[in-house]
Amino acid sequence: MNSQQNEMELTFPSLPENESFARVVVAAFAVQLSPTVSEIADIKTAVSEAVTNAIVHGYAGTVGTVTLRASVVGRATLSIEVQDEGRGIEDVARAMEPFYTTCPEQERSGMGFAVMQTFMDDLEVESRPGEGTLVRMRKRIRSGVVA
Amino acid sequence: MLQSIRDGDRLTVQMQGELDHYCAQSVRRELDGLLAADDTIRCLVLDFANLTFMDSSGIGVILGRYRVMRDRGGSLWVTRMNPHIARIFHMSGMDRIIHQLEEARA
Repeated sequence: MNSQQNEMELTFPSLPENESFARVVVAAFAVQLSPTVSEIADIKTAVSEAVTNAIVHGYAGTVGTVTLRASVVGRATLSIEVQDEGRGIEDVARAMEPFYTTCPEQERSGMGFAVMQTFMDDLEVESRPGEGTLVRMRKRIRSGVVA
Repeated sequence: MLQSIRDGDRLTVQMQGELDHYCAQSVRRELDGLLAADDTIRCLVLDFANLTFMDSSGIGVILGRYRVMRDRGGSLWVTRMNPHIARIFHMSGMDRIIHQLEEARA
């Protein structure tokens, strides 16, 4: 068995058309852990939320770089990071409250972090105003064994 | 281009592909265009059978159309959501105000 743990890193501009690209990349990377269809859907949704936040809130109307990292931790855990260098979040706890949104006029539901929290096992958000945001998520794959 | 079926004062729209932040704007524009073109539509049914992915941006789209229909004295229904989409719908609390149409009636 190979002792080297697998990982990937991808950077892309914060264009909305990359939301689909980002979630498909992570789903493809996760396949090595043999996730169920439902676990793949959870991962894709959480990545979509984090990348959308970076695009809509982090860079709000401007284009910056989004960095996406994924790695296999241990035998059956997928770790995902979504990072932007945008404007950051002043009050992370408040931003994570369900239905809290700074853009109600754009029909943003304010459910992004709640979805990430529900669909993943761990969620950590690091952010400082003006310094960007780093979202760290982990998902334990129940049936997962690294080949 | 979304496919839709008109039956009396009911308009059923087949949601297609994926509904994320990128797709939300065009879906919203199309749905509002269909509703604006005919003010006799009283009941809007969103059929999710062919929607393969939805995140919380979809919640915003559904909730927005719920308000449009409510403001014109009509109603919004959803039908044939896959389990994943139904879970997002449920966790947002939307199932308390927007009802699911039984498949037989869809």
